[in-house]
Amino acid sequence: MSKTKSTVSRRGFLRNAVKGTAAATAAACTTVVASPPEANALQRPPKPMPADAVGLLYDSTLCIGCKACVTACKDINNMPPDVGPQQQSWNGGPDNPTWDSPVELSAKTLNVIKAYVHGTGATKDSAENGFAFIKRQCLHCADPSCVSVCPVSAMTKDAKTGIVNHNPDACIGCRYCVLSCPFGVPKYDYNNAFGEIKKCQLCKQRLAKDELPGCADVCPTGATLFGRSEDLLKEAKRRTALKPGNYTHYPRGDIAGKVGGARSGHEKLVEAAYQTHIYGEKELGGTQCLAVSAVPFDKLNMPTKVPDNGYPTLSEGIQHTLYAGMVGPAVVFGGLAYLAHRNTKNHTDE
Amino acid sequence: MSAHAHEHQPIGGRILTLPFLVCSVLVVIAAFILAQRYGHGLGAVSNLSDGYPWGIWVAIDVVIGSAFGCAGYVMAMLCYILNKGEYHPMVRPAVLASLFGYGLAGAAVLVDLGRYWNFYHMLLPWYAQPNSVMLEVGLCVATYTLVLIVEFAPAFLERFGIEDLRRKLNKVLWVFIALGVLLPTMHQSSLGTMMVIVGHKLSPLWQSQMLPVFFLLTAILMGFAIVVWESVMASLNFRRPMETPVLRKLARLMLVTASVFVALRLVDLIVRGQIGQMFGGPQSGWFWAEMVLMVGGLALLVPKANRGRSRALFLSSSMLLAAGILYRLNVYLIGFTPSVGPWHYFPSVKEILVTVGIFALEIALYLVFVKKLPVMHAVHPEHG
Repeated sequence: MSKTKSTVSRRGFLRNAVKGTAAATAAACTTVVASPPEANALQRPPKPMPADAVGLLYDSTLCIGCKACVTACKDINNMPPDVGPQQQSWNGGPDNPTWDSPVELSAKTLNVIKAYVHGTGATKDSAENGFAFIKRQCLHCADPSCVSVCPVSAMTKDAKTGIVNHNPDACIGCRYCVLSCPFGVPKYDYNNAFGEIKKCQLCKQRLAKDELPGCADVCPTGATLFGRSEDLLKEAKRRTALKPGNYTHYPRGDIAGKVGGARSGHEKLVEAAYQTHIYGEKELGGTQCLAVSAVPFDKLNMPTKVPDNGYPTLSEGIQHTLYAGMVGPAVVFGGLAYLAHRNTKNHTDE
Repeated sequence: MSAHAHEHQPIGGRILTLPFLVCSVLVVIAAFILAQRYGHGLGAVSNLSDGYPWGIWVAIDVVIGSAFGCAGYVMAMLCYILNKGEYHPMVRPAVLASLFGYGLAGAAVLVDLGRYWNFYHMLLPWYAQPNSVMLEVGLCVATYTLVLIVEFAPAFLERFGIEDLRRKLNKVLWVFIALGVLLPTMHQSSLGTMMVIVGHKLSPLWQSQMLPVFFLLTAILMGFAIVVWESVMASLNFRRPMETPVLRKLARLMLVTASVFVALRLVDLIVRGQIGQMFGGPQSGWFWAEMVLMVGGLALLVPKANRGRSRALFLSSSMLLAAGILYRLNVYLIGFTPSVGPWHYFPSVKEILVTVGIFALEIALYLVFVKKLPVMHAVHPEHG
């Protein structure tokens, strides 16, 4: 008799528990859905840029498309040539390519210059009937998606310089970094049984010796400029405020003239009007490498839908809310264990 | 006690049947392709690229395969947590199906990992990156596979008459049952959270903070659906009586879960202001396919009479399974557009054959296990 009673009360308890859980879930769902995309309750605060963050400023209007930076990058980082099917030499085999002709970042190319052409292609830095260049390499985000997703800490962000490093010895090759990067930067070598993830690490081995990253070192026009990200952003703002016809000074190498020694810059007439958009100033909460251009960035095949709020702030926010201190899972486990313990008593088998 | 030990019985019968042989051939083909994959890299057999670093080996083998493995999760929840004893006969076959679903999803990860020899780094605390959603999924799935082995162990111990250990295990089994419900709740929802970070690359028809909720719902729905589907199939193929009263209740649960999914999905689209994307937005055709299957599957279950009819149950559970599959495929592959294009992806024949081989292995092993081990509930006269 008492057993029946307890069963009934337990049923009642369970029914209430289920109802309660359902109501809580519904409430949680409503909160999640109802919150606006900005200032989301679930988002964790964005990570600030390290004080000594370094990076590159690429100025498309200064770039002459010589690709010295592409070659230097390959030499310094021991990267193999990347030869497209259209660029084979007439007498070279696949194992004997005559020249390196990458058109996009890949596991063989950490840095690339891409060309934009429109109509007659007559005028430099013109979106209409013109051409322009864009340099692609890792932007070294303040709050990088690749670091957030990596399960085994193979992608890390240097606390001091902010350089996003990759350690192939830790990497399991899941390619979540490749999938998550909003800028399409990390690449995997699919044609190798022991393929690695490859991306620009800002020539950290050279910076350690007080030498410039290869691309900034060889750039003849200062289109690729190295420096502290803070200084680079100031310079980028100065340039985007310039008007055609202004005469101005463009530095080369390190903007502070320290790393790699002081170099002479050059004076030049501003010919094309800069876009006000500084690529990397706000994208994903800011990146250490920036770009300015006279041609809109969407035309230069740069992703322009990247929001100011970094994606990791939301995905990590969701996880941190659900798993804060593992309290939630522990409480749920307690409840489940209690019920399972009581209920398995009734089942003599199993 | 001994009477209870015979509650489950091996089905018996020949092992070398035609379905088993067909599955074996498919497994051998996959093994040959995998030799190529390990010898020459992922590119030698797959169409994976830096635009689509995750193909069907992740989307189907792992993300959809593990949802197929949710039968054990939902049945344990019904039977032991909500104390619905009538589901007891279906727990063991469900746990076995889950064991293979998860075990082979784990094996599929090793096929896909580009640096598979380092996979154990996931388990070492000094490599752990606690912010990674994937770490949570990986650890959870690995632990859950072990839990499933323990949950299934009584069948082995019964078969080989290791009564002593079986009794000891039964005393602590509740711990594993609780874990067996907690862990899938965690990692199935996290499989949804994993795609939040791809942001604008996933079509607004699917990109949402609700992804974890939708993935949990599809896991539960597909868990119910696979139990119903398997039950109807088993009653037809092994000529066993249909467990009609239990199936009726499961049908109702499918109806409720699918309805909640559809309702939340529409609310989510409205609140995010993306409802218009249904009409002509990118990949909107796939959204409709997903919705038609889901609504069609649940509509079949609205008339109560249908919930006892094998044909209606088979059709409905097939449609709901397909809807769940398509939802997950949409999130992981079809709705995804790489940031710097143009990239294209359609799985290569070899890639497809590997996936087919993995599922064939699952079926072949399941057939052997139910014939040789006490998995299926013994047929009692009152059922017939």
